[in-house]
Amino acid sequence: MSNFWTSSIGKKVVMSLSGLFLISFLCVHLTLNLFLIFDNSGELFNVGANFMATNPVIKIVEPILALGFIIHIIWASVLTLQNQKARPVKYNQRNQSQNATWASRNMYILGAMVLIFLVIHLYNFWWNIKFPSLGTPLTEAVVGGVEMEDTYALVAGLFKSSIVYCLLYIAGGILVGLHITHGFWSAFQSIGFSNDIWRKRLEWLAYFFAIVFAVGFSIIPLYFLLGLGN
Amino acid sequence: MADTILKELTLKIWRQKDAKSKGEFKEYKVHNISTGTSFLEMLDILNEQLVEQNQEPVAFDHDCREGICGTCSLFIDGRAHGPDDDVTTCQLHMRRFKEGATITIEPWRCGAFPVIKDLIVDRKAYDKILQAGGYVSVSTGGVPDANAIPISNDNAEEAMDAAACIGCGACAATCKNSSAMLFVAAKVSQLALLPQGKVEAARRAKAMVAKMDELGFGNCTNTGACEMECPKSISIAHIARLNREFLKAKLKD
Repeated sequence: MSNFWTSSIGKKVVMSLSGLFLISFLCVHLTLNLFLIFDNSGELFNVGANFMATNPVIKIVEPILALGFIIHIIWASVLTLQNQKARPVKYNQRNQSQNATWASRNMYILGAMVLIFLVIHLYNFWWNIKFPSLGTPLTEAVVGGVEMEDTYALVAGLFKSSIVYCLLYIAGGILVGLHITHGFWSAFQSIGFSNDIWRKRLEWLAYFFAIVFAVGFSIIPLYFLLGLGN
Repeated sequence: MADTILKELTLKIWRQKDAKSKGEFKEYKVHNISTGTSFLEMLDILNEQLVEQNQEPVAFDHDCREGICGTCSLFIDGRAHGPDDDVTTCQLHMRRFKEGATITIEPWRCGAFPVIKDLIVDRKAYDKILQAGGYVSVSTGGVPDANAIPISNDNAEEAMDAAACIGCGACAATCKNSSAMLFVAAKVSQLALLPQGKVEAARRAKAMVAKMDELGFGNCTNTGACEMECPKSISIAHIARLNREFLKAKLKD
């Protein structure tokens, strides 16, 4: 494996594997989030969130997940910087819309916007849950005799209190979706799992995941925005 | 379709004295161009005009003028080999342009393809990648019988599709990352699909990718622009095969 990780293809493999790992995380994340709109009492979501917070496996996966994000971001930055350097004199006129999708040409910008969203998102929820003494303290809820943090109240409270946050979270969902329209199938192409037949299937799957994530994540703030939540 | 006459066209052309000089765009007018004229013939007409006016003609690459040698280049109105799909610049005709149009003509812009003069770039980088491994080593001897080695029709077809690459450089020129992956993929794929080339497949993939990286080409982000602009419509499925070949080779190390 000498020089593999420093080669252009090696770096793309890192992007691909970390990206697919992050997509698998998004699947779990979205499933839990949808509990928010399926049970207005908040019990279902609170149980789910409590399970995630107390499960030892999740405790191990959490730092790996953070590492996945960091690697994906650092490698993307290195690759983008190298790609910028590869064309020292730019074209005067370019007509790129003729040959590639907008998302595929703007993955770094889309990624950067998702990152900005992620920072706000972590501050809103993760920070408050992990460091209640530094942020807004959480109320307690009791579900089935078990005492747990009322994360439902935290999420619902945020969305009910601010239209701006609702719109921001809808935008976040759409940005992730756009990023995945290219990212999903591109990840398979980078590890060599594609050909003329599979490319069409993977592109179709990419749009499927993109729509599921965009709609799935956006529907939650929209639900509260429309006053349907508790 | 009968040819008509384009009364006036404005050409905005990149002029650069030599590799070290700083270039600039200059505007020229050409008159009464038949729509049946090829793009390069139109530039020939411009050059005759410039010679008559005692000006330096525009330097541009051309050779076979029938789309098989890969010598012509040019970034025309923001696209490699101009607005038509699946053609080289020499196969592009003036019927694609409208009366009174301003046409922007630039050389390939890619760090690994430095401009030598005007619209001519140095594409030796592609030769260097080929020299790194884009061949099959053979012991000389008698010519083998044509059907001695069985090759499936699918593989033969796919290898032939990859072999259609003429090395014009449009892939790296059009790629937003200046990546040469489609070129390298076509060469690696073409040989890896055939029994004669399989023997050296691992060494070839490693050597050619290493050379490509060393020469300062960018990293592929799978936008697919190369495939769209390739005059031979080489599929990026070959890039997936290159990635596979490279991964396989590195895993064995």
